[in-house]
Amino acid sequence: MKRILINITTALGLVFYATSAFSDGTATLRQGTPITSEAEAPPITKEENTDVKRVRNYPEQPPTIPHQIRDYQITLNANKCLSCHARTRTGESQAPMVSVTHYMDRDNQVLATVSPRRYFCNQCHVTQVSARPLVENEFIDVEDLIKGEQ
Amino acid sequence: MAPFKKIFCLVAGLWSRANRPAKHLSIGFLTIGGFVAGVMFWGGFNTALELTNTEEFCVSCHEMGDNVFAELKTTIHYSNRSGVRASCPDCHVPHNWTDKIARKTQASKEVWGKLFGTIDTREKFQAERRRLAGHEWDRLKANNSLECRNCHSVESMDITVQSARAATAHQTFLFTGEKTCIDCHKGIAHHLPDMTGVEGWE
Repeated sequence: MKRILINITTALGLVFYATSAFSDGTATLRQGTPITSEAEAPPITKEENTDVKRVRNYPEQPPTIPHQIRDYQITLNANKCLSCHARTRTGESQAPMVSVTHYMDRDNQVLATVSPRRYFCNQCHVTQVSARPLVENEFIDVEDLIKGEQ
Repeated sequence: MAPFKKIFCLVAGLWSRANRPAKHLSIGFLTIGGFVAGVMFWGGFNTALELTNTEEFCVSCHEMGDNVFAELKTTIHYSNRSGVRASCPDCHVPHNWTDKIARKTQASKEVWGKLFGTIDTREKFQAERRRLAGHEWDRLKANNSLECRNCHSVESMDITVQSARAATAHQTFLFTGEKTCIDCHKGIAHHLPDMTGVEGWE
């Protein structure tokens, strides 16, 4: 009897805790939509396609892609990015060449072609969309940080 | 020797019968009847031909439905903002009649492939993919990407609304005739095979 009572109290306590967590204004990914109903999907954002290079936020940042890449295949069989950005293709395409670091293996030995570990471009390089940031970004460029200290 | 002689006699007999003037049928019946039969045959032939030029016909074979058609579904030629869809025959069957018949005659090889299961599994299809894709690239290269140009003509292409790099590429390579659509736009509707050794691919 005592065990049943404990179980019931625990269950009630859990239910109370869960409901209070939703009602006390905690920011959730569901943004207040009850768990029993489906949240409205956010609008699909537009991929930027300006072809204008963006400033990197820090020197080692992988540059972001300033154009659409819909249906560009990067698979075991084919890599569409390299059709323009590979060293041998840049003359024809006038696209920026893949960084020389991508032609090196992990012992800094320069290879003839893009290193297999650098092959899947959009592991690091991504397109940008015209969406408002979900949270405020407080990132400060290191240049500005140095200037601020002086 | 005997069977050969037999066949020869049969052919000779048929020829002599066909060569003889009609005994009971009037010239009017033969002319008009021949004309009507001709119209019916021609109409039937073209209708049957057109039936083989539909998406449903192509996809009725699982080789197409499970592989290339499934891949097409995610691309812009299947679903897009303007609501125009290019389905199988729009790109893979020439619109001009003589070219169409030539392609359809070639396609009898595909019937053979279907009957003997040349690509009846995903693995077999993947193994043959480079060769099969090569056939289509060669065809489009040879006819100057005619099936692309049935919809995308140079004359109606407004490069001012294209992105800067697209406009530059089209002006440099397409308008000068240096390259044709398929040279740069391989794999726009289907997954690519192993591109090792294909021009323009690393």
